[in-house]
Amino acid sequence: MSLVLQAAALGILTGGVYALMASGLTLIFGVMRIINVGHGALVVLGAYLSFALFRSFHIDPFVSLVVTMPAMFALGVVLQLAFIRPLKTDREALSVLVTYAIALGIEGVLGYVFTTNYVELRAWYETASFAIFGFHITYVYVFGFLLCLAILGALFLLLYRTTFGGAIRATMLNRTAAQLIGIDVDRVSALAFGVGVATAAAGGVVFGITNAFNPGSHYDLISRLLTIIVLGGLGSLRGAIIAALIMLVTEDITAVLISPVWANFVFFVILVAVLIVRPQGLYGVRVRDRI
Amino acid sequence: MRRPVSMIVAGFALVLSACGGSSASTNPSPQASITIGVSVSLSGDFSADGKALEQGYDLWMQDVNKKGGLLGHQVTMKYVDDASSQQQVVTNYTSLITQDKVALVFGPFSSLLTIPASTVTDRFGYAFPEPAGGGPAVFTRGLKSIFFVQPAAVEDNLVSYTKWLLGLPSGQRPKTAAYATQDDPFTQPQVDKAKGLLEAGGITTASYKVYPAEATSWDSLALTVVNSKADVVILGTQEPDAVAFIKVFQQQHYNPKSLIETTGPDQGKDFADKVGAATEGVMVPAGWTAAATAYGNSQFVSEFIAKYGGKAGDISADAAEAYSVGQVVEQAAKKANSIENSKLITALHSGTYQTIQGPMSFDSTGKPQGGVGVYIEQWQSGQAVFVYPPTVAGSNKPEYPKPNWP
Repeated sequence: MSLVLQAAALGILTGGVYALMASGLTLIFGVMRIINVGHGALVVLGAYLSFALFRSFHIDPFVSLVVTMPAMFALGVVLQLAFIRPLKTDREALSVLVTYAIALGIEGVLGYVFTTNYVELRAWYETASFAIFGFHITYVYVFGFLLCLAILGALFLLLYRTTFGGAIRATMLNRTAAQLIGIDVDRVSALAFGVGVATAAAGGVVFGITNAFNPGSHYDLISRLLTIIVLGGLGSLRGAIIAALIMLVTEDITAVLISPVWANFVFFVILVAVLIVRPQGLYGVRVRDRI
Repeated sequence: MRRPVSMIVAGFALVLSACGGSSASTNPSPQASITIGVSVSLSGDFSADGKALEQGYDLWMQDVNKKGGLLGHQVTMKYVDDASSQQQVVTNYTSLITQDKVALVFGPFSSLLTIPASTVTDRFGYAFPEPAGGGPAVFTRGLKSIFFVQPAAVEDNLVSYTKWLLGLPSGQRPKTAAYATQDDPFTQPQVDKAKGLLEAGGITTASYKVYPAEATSWDSLALTVVNSKADVVILGTQEPDAVAFIKVFQQQHYNPKSLIETTGPDQGKDFADKVGAATEGVMVPAGWTAAATAYGNSQFVSEFIAKYGGKAGDISADAAEAYSVGQVVEQAAKKANSIENSKLITALHSGTYQTIQGPMSFDSTGKPQGGVGVYIEQWQSGQAVFVYPPTVAGSNKPEYPKPNWP
């Protein structure tokens, strides 16, 4: 398989991981119109929780999701109740500050508990691979991609096949109208925030197996996740998936064809070009500005 | 009118992605204790190295205080975290000098941080002995107060390795080499010099890639190296990318005959914990080893284990380099009979200083002179040992070709 095809395959597989991580971020924005800058730190927290379970009890990182996802869901609900719900005015701007503070708090606690040394989740599938046309595909990426499909599939089912999903979508479309028809928007927001944070735990596991990480790893991560959801369209799950794939495939192909130095630049050129043509992103909904 | 949220978020993301005088203190009264200030990276990319530096400095402080202090002054170290940031390291040294009024300053980790830090310390007239900033750019700014306490200038770190490769019998000598390096003032000069020497020696370059130091994903880059099918691989890495490259090579079943990485494999247990059995055969340039018989080294090793635990092989070279900074300053203070910065600077520009890395002296730019050079260390049976040159390797021989990945 040619190098470009290998890079594209790698981009698709790692893009799935980023789609998983970005899905919670875009869901939270869609429901609450807040920008959760702390989402990267929550992904890293998810990775550390799995790391702790692995180190203490030798629980397989993927299996540990049975524990970490509910725990992170609960944490998300608590964070929403304690820090996001009190924001009544200028939520978009204030949420950036509040969630950034949450990120710094998480980073500080993780640094205290785990030190700032880089760690990695270890499992047999991190280096084991199988060959397709001479290119070895690592099991961890395949498992990560399957996990991504499973969780994103579950999210779609939740959103489009349940009453609660209907309430979420109604809130995403028009918060005030949703309230008027009797939807408890505050409750929906808290639960949606919890779901978004739970997906961060899932993303964190795959991120933690494929990358060395430390408590400060969230800075780079959140910048990438934010660009993904902007390209995909804020609040669009489908957009986050497509944008994540575009980002990773573009970067990987640029890295092998031209230079890694240009990998980010080429992606940002695409991002800017898309925003010029479609300011709302690939799948975003254009909202009329208030005058 | 409100700005589109997309634009706010995009702008914020772009900003995040872009991230990453008074006079020197005079001689305090003879009995007064003194504080030495250091900016260490306790978070961010260099956090593992920063912690090791802190351990080395602390151990030296313990030793010098046991001996009665630095010219009679008990020493206290003051550390501030720079988060591996070039902006923060400048703030830290400014604050240490102007607010904390430390008597002396020691260097941070990496050329990246040493360069901006030394500009500040020089402005305040402080001597700046430093353990880890040896890139060429450190010495070309006309500063007279900086002293790089390692056996050789950084760009020469891989020279021993190239000599060893080119000295192999013609039947075994590699024909092709692949290079990838961070665009970091510490790593790239080493790799570039090695590339020039190997090309001059007839080894063809199969691939050469430079990547941003702030990159966090190296898989596609590692694929480029894999596809080059080069006989040997030379990487200008820090620890996270050093580990990532090895993993991709394992995943792709790519077994070069030799692999050397500028940093990462020198991190002892920290490296072995992440790579596992795949450490076998991996090389790293190193100026220090726990087994060396240099001045005070065995005492350093035993005290280090007593204080921090672990085994000799677990000790990071960073800690040894930091300890050496203290040794050099201790001897310079004795020579100058003063801990005044101007007198230390004058003293350090002449004479030879004994350290656990061997003897060293400094030229007018602070570059180490006439040192014993940087050797090759290789992981063999779970520990890193000197394998070249034979004068320091003893009975250890380089494993060549490197064993296949487990």
